[in-house]
Amino acid sequence: MAILVDSNTKLLVQGITGKHGGFHTGQMIDYGTNVVAGVVPGKGGQTSDHGVPIFDTVEQAMVATGANTSAVYVPPPFAADAILECIDAELPLAVAITEGIPVRDMVTVGNALEGSKTRLVGPNCPGVITPGQCKLGIMPGHIHKPGKIGVLSRSGTLTYEAVGQLSSLGIGQSTCVGIGGDPIIGTSFLDVIQLFAEDDDTLGFMMIGEIGGSAEEEGAAYIARYVTKPVVGFIAGQTAPPGRRMGHAGAIVSGGQGTASGKMEAMEAAGIAVVRSPSDMGITMKGLLEQRGLLAQAMA
Amino acid sequence: MKVHEHQGKEILRQFGVATPRGEVAFSVDEAVAGAEKLGGNIWVVKAQIHAGGRGKGGGVKLARSLDEVRSISNEILGMTLVTHQTGPSGQEVQRLYIEEGCDIARELYIGVLLDRAVSQIVIMASTEGGMDIEKVAAETPELIHKVWVDPAIGLGDWQCRQLAFALGLKEKTQLRSTVKFLKGLYAAYIEYDCSLAEINPLVVTGAGDVIALDAKMNFDDNALYRHKDVVAMRDLAEEDPSEVEAGEHGLSFIKLDGNVGCMVNGAGLAMATMDTIKLFGGEPANFLDVGGGATTEKVCAAFKIITADPAVKAIFVNIFGGIMKCDTIANGVVAAVGEVGLQVPLVVRLEGTNVELGKQILAESGLDIIPADTMADGAKAAVAAASRS
Repeated sequence: MAILVDSNTKLLVQGITGKHGGFHTGQMIDYGTNVVAGVVPGKGGQTSDHGVPIFDTVEQAMVATGANTSAVYVPPPFAADAILECIDAELPLAVAITEGIPVRDMVTVGNALEGSKTRLVGPNCPGVITPGQCKLGIMPGHIHKPGKIGVLSRSGTLTYEAVGQLSSLGIGQSTCVGIGGDPIIGTSFLDVIQLFAEDDDTLGFMMIGEIGGSAEEEGAAYIARYVTKPVVGFIAGQTAPPGRRMGHAGAIVSGGQGTASGKMEAMEAAGIAVVRSPSDMGITMKGLLEQRGLLAQAMA
Repeated sequence: MKVHEHQGKEILRQFGVATPRGEVAFSVDEAVAGAEKLGGNIWVVKAQIHAGGRGKGGGVKLARSLDEVRSISNEILGMTLVTHQTGPSGQEVQRLYIEEGCDIARELYIGVLLDRAVSQIVIMASTEGGMDIEKVAAETPELIHKVWVDPAIGLGDWQCRQLAFALGLKEKTQLRSTVKFLKGLYAAYIEYDCSLAEINPLVVTGAGDVIALDAKMNFDDNALYRHKDVVAMRDLAEEDPSEVEAGEHGLSFIKLDGNVGCMVNGAGLAMATMDTIKLFGGEPANFLDVGGGATTEKVCAAFKIITADPAVKAIFVNIFGGIMKCDTIANGVVAAVGEVGLQVPLVVRLEGTNVELGKQILAESGLDIIPADTMADGAKAAVAAASRS
């Protein structure tokens, strides 16, 4: 079953003729993702280098191909507009990979998402992958292994680190979701936690946060109340100086808010197994699964 | 991006936000000339650095004659100002702002920023002006009043009045000028893609005028492409030279105080690498994300910036190749060492795309590299190496 994307995903790529969009479309197709359309205003009627038909608008692509999900690779100045077009077309899912979208543009997008029929994942994220079924984004497909552990994270490479550890232990993943490193993102920790909690194919999950904001605390509060599945957590930025943005636009401790220690305490209080060393993420999950008698199922 | 107070006020005045009149000065003579131009018989000489807490650090002083403007300017210009925001090494004062004096009846606080929890802009107001607002928020949160702006509607007059009433600004003209002030401030914040617009203090003068005595404006780096005038205000003297150089190469770099240099791909992994170094008893010398699409040249530049720091006693390269291929990193490291040499131990951990090729390149280079299989092993080795050398 997995969450968000699977073998039924019919993907359209916004920005399919760009450098990143073009390269990653090839990678996604190689992985087995069903890429049905590209959208590039003004290039409708053409075909991409990968043989994918291009449309002028999201709506045209949906009507012609039945596309139900978009991967947004559009450059930052135009990315918010691309997302708004998905919302207007009532596309069920848009995943924005683009890094560097101005906050003001995302405030507008956030407002448009309220009450809409579209879910946005990202921006500034590696994407979403359900191993063996659908790779949507920029993550290296080969490190993943189909299975039953979910991964959700604000970071790209740190997600790969977690996935790499799980796979090398023989533990596969149900779905891995990069929610993005920006201050305003479409899908929060809480949203994905709810999806993982309800997903029969997910036995447990990893929650990888970082400094800034309060999304980890909100997720932890939900876990404390409603989630019985094993959860392993890590927070990056324990040594980050206050007031500095650590690479990600959203990774900043400001006014004493959003500290790593505050998040780790909240997560521990919620019963999450919080690791100090990121190298322990995989092994800690393995231990929890063993304790609960779920390991054989997770390694199947 | 940050700008100086005088630059922030220049922007605010375009939006009808009331500020005292002032003149920027880069020399003592310019300061005196500025005071003369402003006229009057009382001036404030203000050090212009990007950090807050300037008053307490001795960087803001009152002058009651042109002679005093000269002597105070002479004292402040060139001094190293240490405040709670500069860190212990302080910041050298290279420019001054000379302002007309003003008769302060009350000091208030106004801040405009993003509330991440609701993805909306929030305006905060407090009667506790001139204080550290973080302290007010922690100790007396009831003294902070907030309104959130619906982006589709914009800031309403009624919201401005709400804040004005909360600040005790009820008199008719004062109410009107406060609404004008807040709408101007919010418009500047939106138009200029600010990440913070803080007026602390906002003062009410003896005559009842509402004016911005200080102004702190920060801008969203992601939106600078549409604000060339803001980019032109950038003062490189306020930034760490190694961070400026890294920025020119498209690297995300932050200088820290430790002795283990780090080169990592991805912001999250870079932070996690620093944390792991600390966990095993070391101190990171920097945060460095070479990015997902780094080239050999970029990696080479990153390596040079790390090795240029004399505090660095060991280097830990931690890469999880996704889009970034391990062989690219390996080639960059080999090229950089070829150019600048290698004076300190180098620990390399490669994982992910093209890992075998990367390891092979490093092995064949003949460089004295300490290989590591995991992030933890690499961090341990780097910390141990740093303490030995």
